[in-house]
Amino acid sequence: MKPPVTLGRADEPLPEACDVAIVGGGVMGLSTAYAVAESSKLRVVVLERSYLVSGASGRNGGGVRMQWGDEGNVRVMMESIEICRGLAQELGINLWFRQGGYLFLARSEAGEQRLRRNAELHHRVGAPTRLLGPEEARELVPELDVHDVRLAAFNPKDGVVFPWPFVWGYAGQAIRRGVVVRTHTAVEAAEADGAGLRLRLSTGESLRANLVVNATGAWCHGLNHSLGVRLPNRPHRHEILSTEPLKPFLDPLVVDLASGLYFSQSTRGEIVAGITMPDHGDGGTDVDQSSSLGFLAHLGRTLAAVMPRLGRLKVLRQWAGAYDVSPDGDAIVGPSPGVPALLQLCGFTGHGFMMAPAVGRMLARFIVRGERHPMLERWDPTRFVDGRSRAREDMIIG
Amino acid sequence: MTQRVFVCRCEDVTVAEIQHAIALGLGSVEEIKRYTGLGTGPCQGKECIVALVRLLLAERAVTPEAVQPFTARPPAEPVTLAELASVAGTPPPEDGP
Repeated sequence: MKPPVTLGRADEPLPEACDVAIVGGGVMGLSTAYAVAESSKLRVVVLERSYLVSGASGRNGGGVRMQWGDEGNVRVMMESIEICRGLAQELGINLWFRQGGYLFLARSEAGEQRLRRNAELHHRVGAPTRLLGPEEARELVPELDVHDVRLAAFNPKDGVVFPWPFVWGYAGQAIRRGVVVRTHTAVEAAEADGAGLRLRLSTGESLRANLVVNATGAWCHGLNHSLGVRLPNRPHRHEILSTEPLKPFLDPLVVDLASGLYFSQSTRGEIVAGITMPDHGDGGTDVDQSSSLGFLAHLGRTLAAVMPRLGRLKVLRQWAGAYDVSPDGDAIVGPSPGVPALLQLCGFTGHGFMMAPAVGRMLARFIVRGERHPMLERWDPTRFVDGRSRAREDMIIG
Repeated sequence: MTQRVFVCRCEDVTVAEIQHAIALGLGSVEEIKRYTGLGTGPCQGKECIVALVRLLLAERAVTPEAVQPFTARPPAEPVTLAELASVAGTPPPEDGP
């Protein structure tokens, strides 16, 4: 007997038509599907070419922070973290959400100025960031090497989650509200069909939708090109490692601005760490998820210098995922240039996972009620066509 | 077999939890790993993956021809960060943000 609630299946029957087809079964697509189903009677279908959690949503470091350099991003993340606080109960799943804060370390004058400027902004917007001297930073993280740290910034409301259950939670609740989630089904082509679009699927089926949401992140170009939409976001490989689990000893996620190193202790006890690496890609649209020894060596060296005792810690595994990098660092969300029935939900440049709870609701309000959140003006995909693109954010890590 | 038998001893994943995942429609090793955390502990699946596959086959969640292991992640066995730090050929970092 088929259980009443599933987490998406390869053999889930598809309708012939729907109101909203969401391509991509990651956290962005599923949080949007959940929010649309929660607030309307629209018929929603989610199409995932592999299994759920197979892309960037299953590969990120799980950090959630409101410490950004731009007011719009701070506000989106304040909302997202507020949603996270009640989300485990709402979705009925343990998200391993822990608010241990983010601790940023600045070792240069430029870094110090950035932290001071951000703290003023956060204070004005209502985010509880406070500036710390090196010794105060060491009180938070006792083993830290702070000898050349000039200033630190700490926000106790920032935190970490375990990304996998997050995605399952949204999927389960979306399906419970009538969303059809079909896995192992790729969109091979798309074409105009009246005012909507028709999707041709790898299974030989086709699906007509009034609106199609491209929530495929770094894989967005196939569907876009099929409809003649050209956007400047590009995939960037980002590597992460995870160590043997330890008893809880590290409260905040630590970011060293000098190297782009970040590390945190998950609620499972592992140290999860990543670092800025040179872009080895060719600037094309192919996604590379391979792992490198150079990453392990560079991260090992940097982390062992910042917190020498961690040098004895054993790495259990490493992996890679794809950032979907937008040239101005801002996401690309909304009707596509020339194809209004195709909504972009891409370009989140490595911080999509943490923004997904707020963005899913934001896009659902746009789809259901036509409501335009101020960030949707800024994230408008047509900005690259008419020259409104502006780089505002300087706190992109990795 | 009782419900409290462990399949993954590193991450405490039981037969009952895997049966629950199968009942939710998850039939592949990759999906079960990401739903239960199986295979993500110190042994990285070396002890549990065979037991998982036997269970998936017994539950008819997958056919022998279709079954695939999850992607093996480096390193092959646990290595300390200090040892990794001594590996030569590290790429130069970009300028920090």
